[in-house]
Amino acid sequence: MTEYEIKAKNKFSFGLAELIQYRELFYFFTWRDVKVKYKQAALGILWAILQPLIMMLMFTLIFSKALKVSSDGIPYPVFAISGLLIWNIFSNGLMNSANSMVNNANIIKKIYFPRLIIPMSAILTALVDFLFALTIYVAILIYYHQGVDFTKLFIYLPLSILITVVTTFGLGSFLAALNVKYRDFQYLLPFMIQFLLFANPVLYSAKAFTNPIINTIMKANPIASAIQLCRSVFTGQEVDWQGVAIGSSVAIVLFFIGIYTFRKTESYFADLA
Amino acid sequence: MKPILEVQHLTKEFKIGAKQERYLSLRDALAKPFRKKDKEASTFLALDDINFNVGAGESIGIIGRNGAGKSTLLKILSRITPPSSGKIVCRGRVASLLEVGTGFHPELSGRENVYMNGSILGMRKAEINKHFDSIVDFSGVEKFLDTPLKRYSSGMQLRLAFSVAAFLEPEILIIDEVLAVGDAEFQKKCLNKMKDVSMNEGRTVLFVSHDMNAIKTLSNTAILLDGGKIVKNDKVGEVIPLYLNRIQLTNNWNRPEKTAAPHFTNVSIVIKDHQPQLKLEVTFTVKSDVKMNKAFVAFNISSNTGTMIGQAIPNLDPFIDVSFSEQTFATEIEITGFIPGTFLVSAWIGPHYSETYDWQKDIVGFNIVDSPQPGRVYPHASEQGNIVPFSKMINS
Repeated sequence: MTEYEIKAKNKFSFGLAELIQYRELFYFFTWRDVKVKYKQAALGILWAILQPLIMMLMFTLIFSKALKVSSDGIPYPVFAISGLLIWNIFSNGLMNSANSMVNNANIIKKIYFPRLIIPMSAILTALVDFLFALTIYVAILIYYHQGVDFTKLFIYLPLSILITVVTTFGLGSFLAALNVKYRDFQYLLPFMIQFLLFANPVLYSAKAFTNPIINTIMKANPIASAIQLCRSVFTGQEVDWQGVAIGSSVAIVLFFIGIYTFRKTESYFADLA
Repeated sequence: MKPILEVQHLTKEFKIGAKQERYLSLRDALAKPFRKKDKEASTFLALDDINFNVGAGESIGIIGRNGAGKSTLLKILSRITPPSSGKIVCRGRVASLLEVGTGFHPELSGRENVYMNGSILGMRKAEINKHFDSIVDFSGVEKFLDTPLKRYSSGMQLRLAFSVAAFLEPEILIIDEVLAVGDAEFQKKCLNKMKDVSMNEGRTVLFVSHDMNAIKTLSNTAILLDGGKIVKNDKVGEVIPLYLNRIQLTNNWNRPEKTAAPHFTNVSIVIKDHQPQLKLEVTFTVKSDVKMNKAFVAFNISSNTGTMIGQAIPNLDPFIDVSFSEQTFATEIEITGFIPGTFLVSAWIGPHYSETYDWQKDIVGFNIVDSPQPGRVYPHASEQGNIVPFSKMINS
């Protein structure tokens, strides 16, 4: 028989055992969000493919055709989409998870389950979109007869996704916790994301940076590392492993700060939300 | 055997008047160091040193007035909010039903919502699969299973929601006033199911209700809370009369502050006669330190959930003239076929319907215990209205 105590302050833990116990809820929350997201749309889940496609076309028009931005020697659409795929996991995941606690306030106030499931599932929802978006990616690669290094594909791509998800999860759960208390973040976030889109080498090559200070910042930036990894599958460029190592460490630190903040404050969510 | 639930010195404190607790914005947090210190926030004890044990298989009713701390207790038991101090030792899987249909989403179909709701309530997918047919059968909405929930009537939604909850299999079940849902037939079904769960399946059940009939039917022990403290924890038969007596205490209201304008200084209310033909005797005192025009009174009766039921105006012509004096008047209001529950009365006085001297909201209350239909065993639901019109068969 399970025995546990409900007290004012429980000892800090990441609550992994409980997350495993409630694992099915990850599936149900993600499934619900994906379903609901496309339910009223005539094109349905097709939007998960169309959105990045439209973004890619738009940016190709502006950055490649109009501004002639360098794309490391690969066709710009391939360049852009390989950045956008990673970027979309990050930006959508961050948006979803930061707002997730507030959006699910009515559930939080009425029933107990490990709260971390909510921001985590919000990111999984973004990952589902990513899986659908991968199909256009493949289509574009075929269209441009872009060679792919398969060993790299099966190592670099998962690694870059992992770095992205870990980073998104850290920042997302951090913002989700803050957002419960200070709704200001809800309004601030769109600007932050827009800024980060242009601050990250999503649409232009990281080589565009010449300032050494910015280069150091970029090394510590896990999203830039992830994009670099994802791209090198196609460009065949050498990966700056030192940068990836630093970026991954930053991702892990963000991850733990996020969970720590979240777990520290979660017990009061129901009183505040 | 050890008790399945041990509640020890449980206390929950809320800050009232503290601005950062209520209005949550970054601006406040940033401005805090620069602001003059707010008056020390006063604290409010929603629960004050609560102690009790629950044995496995026991079924306990929690009763008390609004604001007595019942819902807070359930929320702590269901781990939604932490206590300020004290602890609870649980020795079993807890499922709580503080609301029917938690997690229901209007865009999802009935079938999808059963899975969503079931898993939020703590059921495994395999468990839901196992009970799916019984759940649908119990709810009686099988024809609409693949229709989005937003097209359901509210009654159908509630039935589906309760059906999912009815098939939960935790060791400890916590229920907050969810019986009062659906139509009468469905309510009876729910009550029977609940009885089955608590009496026959040997599950531990804690539940809050204002419906003394449901408490009597479902539980053997009751806990009476008032002002965050346990007043009595005993056999149902011992506790319920005590609760009803306490409710009666609110029948007399005295004005807390002084004013010169025409105003009520006292309103009291007494129930006379028996269901379904009850009479309320309302006695009120009006005082004025100034010259006042002749006035008349009105009494609004509402349910304790805030639904307005009616307005009684004992005399349409202004008849009260108490300039520079204080007088007491008695009125009688007939109420017919009210459902059991707590009702609140507001008092108004003024010289014209468009001009108010004094309006005191929800100052006195009365409690109705018996059903207006003699012999009715299943509870009344306020969703079906607070009044049961008198009806009879003519051609039998």
